[in-house]
Amino acid sequence: MSTDDLSQVLRRAFPDTPDTESDLRRLHAGLAAAAQHHGILDVAYRTVDSPVGPLLLAATEAGLVRIAYQTEDHDEVLQALADRVSPRVLNAPARLDQPARELDEYFAGQRRSFDLPLDWRLSAGFRRAVLSRLADIPYGQTASYAAAAALAGSPKAVRAAATACATNPLPVVVPCHRVIYADGRIGRYLGGPEAKRTLLTLEAA
Amino acid sequence: MTGKQPFEAVVTQHGATVLRVCRAILGPADADDAWSETFLAAMRAYPDLPPDANVEAWLVTIAHRKAIDVTRAAARRAVPVAQPPDGTQAAPADSLDGDLTEAVASLPAKQKQAVAYHYLAGLPYAEIAAIVGGTTEAVRRAAADGIATLRRTCASTASTTTVRRNP
Repeated sequence: MSTDDLSQVLRRAFPDTPDTESDLRRLHAGLAAAAQHHGILDVAYRTVDSPVGPLLLAATEAGLVRIAYQTEDHDEVLQALADRVSPRVLNAPARLDQPARELDEYFAGQRRSFDLPLDWRLSAGFRRAVLSRLADIPYGQTASYAAAAALAGSPKAVRAAATACATNPLPVVVPCHRVIYADGRIGRYLGGPEAKRTLLTLEAA
Repeated sequence: MTGKQPFEAVVTQHGATVLRVCRAILGPADADDAWSETFLAAMRAYPDLPPDANVEAWLVTIAHRKAIDVTRAAARRAVPVAQPPDGTQAAPADSLDGDLTEAVASLPAKQKQAVAYHYLAGLPYAEIAAIVGGTTEAVRRAAADGIATLRRTCASTASTTTVRRNP
Protein backbone atom coordinates (compact mmCIF):
# COMPACT_ATOMS: atom_id res chain seq x y z
CA MET A 1 0.00 0.00 0.00
CA SER A 2 1.44 3.38 -0.99
CA THR A 3 1.64 6.31 1.39
CA ASP A 4 -1.09 8.06 -0.61
CA ASP A 5 -3.37 5.07 -0.18
CA LEU A 6 -2.66 4.99 3.53
CA SER A 7 -3.41 8.69 3.76
CA GLN A 8 -6.79 8.00 2.13
CA VAL A 9 -7.46 5.08 4.41
CA LEU A 10 -6.53 7.23 7.42
CA ARG A 11 -9.03 9.85 6.34
CA ARG A 12 -11.63 7.10 6.07
CA ALA A 13 -10.78 5.93 9.58
CA PHE A 14 -11.68 9.45 10.75
CA PRO A 15 -14.34 10.24 8.16
CA ASP A 16 -16.62 13.18 7.51
CA THR A 17 -19.90 11.29 7.75
CA PRO A 18 -23.40 12.77 7.99
CA ASP A 19 -22.88 12.21 11.73
CA THR A 20 -19.82 14.42 11.56
CA GLU A 21 -21.93 17.16 9.99
CA SER A 22 -24.50 17.03 12.76
CA ASP A 23 -21.69 16.79 15.34
CA LEU A 24 -20.16 19.92 13.87
CA ARG A 25 -23.52 21.73 13.96
CA ARG A 26 -23.90 20.80 17.62
CA LEU A 27 -20.31 21.86 18.40
CA HIS A 28 -20.84 25.13 16.52
CA ALA A 29 -23.95 25.90 18.57
CA GLY A 30 -21.98 25.13 21.74
CA LEU A 31 -19.20 27.44 20.59
CA ALA A 32 -21.69 30.27 19.97
CA ALA A 33 -23.13 29.84 23.48
CA ALA A 34 -19.66 29.68 25.08
CA ALA A 35 -18.46 32.74 23.12
CA GLN A 36 -21.53 34.67 24.28
CA HIS A 37 -20.95 33.52 27.87
CA HIS A 38 -17.28 34.60 27.78
CA GLY A 39 -18.08 37.98 26.21
CA ILE A 40 -16.13 37.39 22.99
CA LEU A 41 -19.09 37.15 20.61
CA ASP A 42 -18.49 40.60 19.12
CA VAL A 43 -20.89 40.16 16.18
CA ALA A 44 -23.68 37.57 16.14
CA TYR A 45 -25.71 37.08 12.98
CA ARG A 46 -28.46 35.03 11.40
CA THR A 47 -30.63 35.23 8.31
CA VAL A 48 -34.42 35.37 8.30
CA ASP A 49 -36.89 34.96 5.45
CA SER A 50 -39.19 37.86 4.71
CA PRO A 51 -41.56 39.11 2.00
CA VAL A 52 -38.64 41.22 0.72
CA GLY A 53 -36.26 38.27 0.53
CA PRO A 54 -33.76 36.82 2.98
CA LEU A 55 -32.48 39.41 5.44
CA LEU A 56 -29.17 39.21 7.25
CA LEU A 57 -29.44 40.42 10.86
CA ALA A 58 -26.30 41.20 12.85
CA ALA A 59 -25.99 42.42 16.43
CA THR A 60 -23.21 43.46 18.77
CA GLU A 61 -23.51 43.34 22.56
CA ALA A 62 -24.91 46.88 22.27
CA GLY A 63 -27.73 46.02 19.89
CA LEU A 64 -28.77 45.47 16.30
CA VAL A 65 -25.97 46.82 14.12
CA ARG A 66 -26.84 45.73 10.58
CA ILE A 67 -29.74 44.52 8.47
CA ALA A 68 -28.83 43.60 4.90
CA TYR A 69 -30.83 42.75 1.82
CA GLN A 70 -29.62 39.90 -0.34
CA THR A 71 -28.83 42.42 -3.09
CA GLU A 72 -26.02 43.69 -0.86
CA ASP A 73 -24.34 40.20 -0.88
CA HIS A 74 -24.39 38.80 2.64
CA ASP A 75 -20.81 37.49 2.44
CA GLU A 76 -19.56 40.98 1.61
CA VAL A 77 -21.64 42.45 4.42
CA LEU A 78 -20.13 39.96 6.91
CA GLN A 79 -16.64 40.79 5.66
CA ALA A 80 -17.37 44.50 6.13
CA LEU A 81 -18.55 43.79 9.70
CA ALA A 82 -15.32 41.87 10.34
CA ASP A 83 -13.32 44.82 9.02
CA ARG A 84 -15.25 47.62 10.70
CA VAL A 85 -16.48 46.09 13.98
CA SER A 86 -14.53 42.90 14.82
CA PRO A 87 -13.48 39.69 13.06
CA ARG A 88 -15.12 37.73 15.90
CA VAL A 89 -18.23 37.18 13.79
CA LEU A 90 -20.28 34.04 14.35
CA ASN A 91 -23.55 32.63 13.06
CA ALA A 92 -25.27 32.73 16.46
CA PRO A 93 -29.05 33.06 16.17
CA ALA A 94 -29.93 33.45 19.86
CA ARG A 95 -28.93 37.13 20.08
CA LEU A 96 -31.16 37.87 17.10
CA ASP A 97 -34.28 36.17 18.50
CA GLN A 98 -36.02 39.39 19.49
CA PRO A 99 -35.23 41.32 16.28
CA ALA A 100 -36.35 38.29 14.24
CA ARG A 101 -39.61 38.08 16.19
CA GLU A 102 -40.36 41.80 15.84
CA LEU A 103 -39.63 41.68 12.10
CA ASP A 104 -41.99 38.70 11.76
CA GLU A 105 -44.69 40.69 13.53
CA TYR A 106 -44.00 43.73 11.34
CA PHE A 107 -44.26 41.75 8.12
CA ALA A 108 -47.46 40.12 9.42
CA GLY A 109 -48.92 43.63 9.85
CA GLN A 110 -49.06 43.20 13.62
CA ARG A 111 -46.34 45.68 14.58
CA ARG A 112 -46.03 49.37 13.70
CA SER A 113 -42.82 50.28 15.48
CA PHE A 114 -39.72 48.46 16.68
CA ASP A 115 -38.63 48.27 20.26
CA LEU A 116 -35.01 47.13 19.88
CA PRO A 117 -31.65 48.34 21.15
CA LEU A 118 -29.74 49.66 18.13
CA ASP A 119 -25.98 49.95 17.70
CA TRP A 120 -25.45 53.05 15.51
CA ARG A 121 -21.71 52.65 15.07
CA LEU A 122 -21.89 52.09 11.31
CA SER A 123 -23.26 55.55 10.64
CA ALA A 124 -21.90 58.87 11.84
CA GLY A 125 -22.37 62.61 11.64
CA PHE A 126 -25.25 64.06 9.66
CA ARG A 127 -26.22 60.69 8.20
CA ARG A 128 -26.71 59.34 11.68
CA ALA A 129 -28.65 62.46 12.66
CA VAL A 130 -31.02 61.88 9.74
CA LEU A 131 -31.41 58.14 10.31
CA SER A 132 -32.02 58.49 14.03
CA ARG A 133 -35.02 60.79 13.31
CA LEU A 134 -36.68 58.67 10.62
CA ALA A 135 -38.75 56.77 13.17
CA ASP A 136 -40.55 60.10 13.68
CA ILE A 137 -42.24 59.51 10.30
CA PRO A 138 -45.35 57.57 11.36
CA TYR A 139 -46.08 54.06 10.12
CA GLY A 140 -48.08 54.15 6.91
CA GLN A 141 -46.97 57.68 5.99
CA THR A 142 -44.19 59.06 3.82
CA ALA A 143 -41.98 62.14 3.91
CA SER A 144 -39.86 63.89 1.30
CA TYR A 145 -36.08 63.97 1.40
CA ALA A 146 -36.36 67.67 2.26
CA ALA A 147 -38.60 66.79 5.20
CA ALA A 148 -36.08 64.16 6.32
CA ALA A 149 -33.33 66.78 6.15
CA ALA A 150 -35.50 69.15 8.17
CA LEU A 151 -36.09 66.46 10.81
CA ALA A 152 -32.32 66.38 11.31
CA GLY A 153 -32.23 70.18 11.66
CA SER A 154 -30.77 71.06 8.23
CA PRO A 155 -33.69 71.61 5.82
CA LYS A 156 -31.36 72.51 2.94
CA ALA A 157 -29.22 69.35 3.15
CA VAL A 158 -31.57 67.40 0.90
CA ARG A 159 -28.87 65.58 -1.05
CA ALA A 160 -27.08 64.60 2.18
CA ALA A 161 -30.37 63.30 3.58
CA ALA A 162 -30.82 61.18 0.45
CA THR A 163 -27.30 59.78 0.91
CA ALA A 164 -28.10 58.99 4.54
CA CYS A 165 -31.15 56.99 3.44
CA ALA A 166 -29.17 55.21 0.71
CA THR A 167 -26.53 54.09 3.23
CA ASN A 168 -28.89 53.11 6.05
CA PRO A 169 -27.22 50.16 7.84
CA LEU A 170 -30.54 49.20 9.48
CA PRO A 171 -33.21 49.22 6.76
CA VAL A 172 -36.82 48.29 7.65
CA VAL A 173 -36.21 48.89 11.38
CA VAL A 174 -34.94 52.40 10.64
CA PRO A 175 -37.68 53.31 8.14
CA CYS A 176 -35.80 54.98 5.28
CA HIS A 177 -38.39 53.37 3.00
CA ARG A 178 -40.85 56.06 4.18
CA VAL A 179 -38.73 58.75 2.53
CA ILE A 180 -39.68 59.36 -1.11
CA TYR A 181 -39.45 62.15 -3.69
CA ALA A 182 -41.70 65.18 -3.15
CA ASP A 183 -43.38 64.49 -6.50
CA GLY A 184 -44.39 61.00 -5.35
CA ARG A 185 -41.72 58.99 -7.19
CA ILE A 186 -40.57 56.21 -4.93
CA GLY A 187 -36.81 56.83 -5.22
CA ARG A 188 -33.85 54.55 -4.81
CA TYR A 189 -33.62 51.85 -2.16
CA LEU A 190 -30.87 49.49 -1.01
CA GLY A 191 -33.14 46.49 -1.36
CA GLY A 192 -34.38 47.64 -4.76
CA PRO A 193 -37.51 49.75 -5.58
CA GLU A 194 -39.68 46.62 -5.49
CA ALA A 195 -38.79 46.01 -1.82
CA LYS A 196 -39.52 49.65 -1.01
CA ARG A 197 -42.91 49.40 -2.70
CA THR A 198 -43.67 46.16 -0.81
CA LEU A 199 -42.98 47.84 2.54
CA LEU A 200 -45.05 50.93 1.71
CA THR A 201 -47.92 48.74 0.48
CA LEU A 202 -47.74 46.65 3.65
CA GLU A 203 -47.89 49.78 5.80
CA ALA A 204 -50.75 51.30 3.77
CA ALA A 205 -52.93 48.22 4.29
CA MET B 1 -9.82 47.49 2.84
CA THR B 2 -10.46 43.80 3.32
CA GLY B 3 -8.83 42.27 6.37
CA LYS B 4 -9.28 39.05 8.23
CA GLN B 5 -12.25 36.93 7.24
CA PRO B 6 -15.13 36.54 9.72
CA PHE B 7 -14.41 33.87 12.35
CA GLU B 8 -17.46 31.96 11.10
CA ALA B 9 -15.51 31.22 7.91
CA VAL B 10 -12.63 29.82 9.98
CA VAL B 11 -15.01 27.42 11.73
CA THR B 12 -16.63 26.44 8.43
CA GLN B 13 -13.35 25.83 6.64
CA HIS B 14 -11.39 24.10 9.41
CA GLY B 15 -13.97 22.68 11.84
CA ALA B 16 -14.04 19.22 10.27
CA THR B 17 -10.25 18.88 10.07
CA VAL B 18 -9.78 19.96 13.67
CA LEU B 19 -12.45 17.48 14.78
CA ARG B 20 -10.72 14.69 12.84
CA VAL B 21 -7.39 15.57 14.47
CA CYS B 22 -8.95 15.69 17.94
CA ARG B 23 -10.58 12.30 17.37
CA ALA B 24 -7.28 10.81 16.22
CA ILE B 25 -5.34 12.21 19.18
CA LEU B 26 -7.92 11.71 21.94
CA GLY B 27 -10.54 9.27 20.72
CA PRO B 28 -14.18 10.24 20.12
CA ALA B 29 -15.15 10.59 23.79
CA ASP B 30 -12.84 13.53 24.55
CA ALA B 31 -12.64 15.00 21.05
CA ASP B 32 -15.69 17.24 21.45
CA ASP B 33 -14.25 18.94 24.53
CA ALA B 34 -10.92 19.51 22.80
CA TRP B 35 -12.66 20.90 19.69
CA SER B 36 -14.77 23.29 21.77
CA GLU B 37 -11.81 24.47 23.86
CA THR B 38 -9.74 24.92 20.71
CA PHE B 39 -12.23 27.10 18.86
CA LEU B 40 -13.13 29.13 21.95
CA ALA B 41 -9.43 29.90 22.55
CA ALA B 42 -8.92 30.57 18.84
CA MET B 43 -11.86 32.98 18.73
CA ARG B 44 -10.52 34.81 21.77
CA ALA B 45 -7.09 35.27 20.16
CA TYR B 46 -8.33 35.76 16.58
CA PRO B 47 -8.19 39.59 16.45
CA ASP B 48 -4.45 39.42 17.27
CA LEU B 49 -3.61 36.74 14.70
CA PRO B 50 -1.40 38.20 11.94
CA PRO B 51 -3.43 38.46 8.70
CA ASP B 52 -0.92 36.33 6.77
CA ALA B 53 -0.81 33.51 9.38
CA ASN B 54 -1.42 29.89 8.36
CA VAL B 55 -4.80 29.46 10.07
CA GLU B 56 -4.82 25.65 9.93
CA ALA B 57 -1.36 25.36 11.54
CA TRP B 58 -2.43 27.90 14.16
CA LEU B 59 -5.58 25.89 14.95
CA VAL B 60 -3.65 22.61 15.18
CA THR B 61 -1.19 24.30 17.54
CA ILE B 62 -4.05 25.29 19.82
CA ALA B 63 -5.70 21.86 19.46
CA HIS B 64 -2.40 20.20 20.38
CA ARG B 65 -2.22 22.16 23.64
CA LYS B 66 -5.91 21.59 24.41
CA ALA B 67 -5.51 17.85 23.76
CA ILE B 68 -2.68 17.75 26.29
CA ASP B 69 -4.92 19.57 28.81
CA VAL B 70 -7.79 17.17 28.14
CA THR B 71 -5.49 14.13 28.46
CA ARG B 72 -4.14 15.39 31.79
CA ALA B 73 -7.63 16.12 33.10
CA ALA B 74 -8.77 12.67 32.00
CA ALA B 75 -5.75 11.09 33.70
CA ARG B 76 -6.65 12.84 36.96
CA ARG B 77 -10.28 11.77 36.65
CA ALA B 78 -9.25 8.20 35.81
CA VAL B 79 -7.22 7.61 39.00
CA PRO B 80 -9.90 5.73 40.94
CA VAL B 81 -10.94 3.66 37.90
CA ALA B 82 -8.33 1.26 36.64
CA GLN B 83 -10.27 -0.03 33.64
CA PRO B 84 -11.51 2.38 30.96
CA PRO B 85 -15.20 1.85 30.27
CA ASP B 86 -16.05 -0.27 27.27
CA GLY B 87 -17.66 1.16 24.18
CA THR B 88 -16.09 4.61 24.34
CA GLN B 89 -14.35 3.87 21.06
CA ALA B 90 -17.14 4.00 18.48
CA ALA B 91 -15.59 1.91 15.73
CA PRO B 92 -16.68 2.61 12.15
CA ALA B 93 -18.66 -0.20 10.57
CA ASP B 94 -15.90 -1.13 8.14
CA SER B 95 -13.59 -3.43 10.06
CA LEU B 96 -10.42 -2.19 8.37
CA ASP B 97 -11.25 1.40 9.26
CA GLY B 98 -12.26 0.33 12.77
CA ASP B 99 -8.99 -1.52 13.27
CA LEU B 100 -7.12 1.47 11.95
CA THR B 101 -8.92 3.80 14.36
CA GLU B 102 -7.83 1.57 17.20
CA ALA B 103 -4.32 1.23 15.83
CA VAL B 104 -3.98 5.02 15.69
CA ALA B 105 -5.30 5.25 19.26
CA SER B 106 -2.63 2.78 20.43
CA LEU B 107 0.29 4.63 18.84
CA PRO B 108 2.79 6.35 21.17
CA ALA B 109 1.87 10.04 21.60
CA LYS B 110 4.66 11.46 19.41
CA GLN B 111 3.85 9.08 16.55
CA LYS B 112 0.13 9.71 16.87
CA GLN B 113 0.68 13.49 16.75
CA ALA B 114 3.04 13.26 13.78
CA VAL B 115 0.64 11.02 11.85
CA ALA B 116 -2.48 13.08 12.67
CA TYR B 117 -0.97 16.50 12.01
CA HIS B 118 0.73 15.41 8.80
CA TYR B 119 -1.77 13.01 7.26
CA LEU B 120 -5.06 14.40 8.60
CA ALA B 121 -4.30 18.13 8.89
CA GLY B 122 -1.82 18.17 6.02
CA LEU B 123 0.89 20.12 7.86
CA PRO B 124 4.52 19.83 6.73
CA TYR B 125 6.95 18.15 9.15
CA ALA B 126 8.78 21.43 9.92
CA GLU B 127 5.49 23.00 10.96
CA ILE B 128 4.70 20.00 13.19
CA ALA B 129 8.15 20.17 14.80
CA ALA B 130 7.42 23.76 15.76
CA ILE B 131 4.18 22.61 17.41
CA VAL B 132 5.30 19.47 19.26
CA GLY B 133 8.97 20.37 19.83
CA GLY B 134 12.06 18.54 18.64
CA THR B 135 13.56 18.46 15.19
CA THR B 136 11.89 18.14 11.80
CA GLU B 137 13.81 14.90 11.30
CA ALA B 138 12.50 13.46 14.59
CA VAL B 139 8.93 14.26 13.55
CA ARG B 140 9.50 12.68 10.13
CA ARG B 141 10.84 9.55 11.85
CA ALA B 142 7.93 9.43 14.32
CA ALA B 143 5.46 9.68 11.43
CA ALA B 144 7.31 6.96 9.51
CA ASP B 145 7.32 4.65 12.56
CA GLY B 146 3.64 5.30 13.16
CA ILE B 147 2.79 4.68 9.52
CA ALA B 148 4.79 1.43 9.59
CA THR B 149 2.69 0.21 12.52
CA LEU B 150 -0.54 1.22 10.77
CA ARG B 151 0.61 -0.48 7.58
CA ARG B 152 1.12 -3.73 9.54
CA THR B 153 -2.39 -3.35 10.98
CA CYS B 154 -3.82 -2.87 7.50
CA ALA B 155 -1.88 -5.84 6.15
CA SER B 156 -3.00 -8.21 8.90
CA THR B 157 -6.61 -7.05 8.68
CA ALA B 158 -6.63 -7.21 4.90
CA SER B 159 -5.37 -10.79 5.01
CA THR B 160 -8.30 -11.91 7.16
CA THR B 161 -11.14 -9.82 5.74
CA THR B 162 -12.26 -8.68 2.34
CA VAL B 163 -11.14 -5.11 1.89
CA ARG B 164 -13.83 -3.03 0.28
CA ARG B 165 -13.67 0.53 -0.86
CA ASN B 166 -16.68 2.63 0.01
CA PRO B 167 -19.14 2.55 -2.92
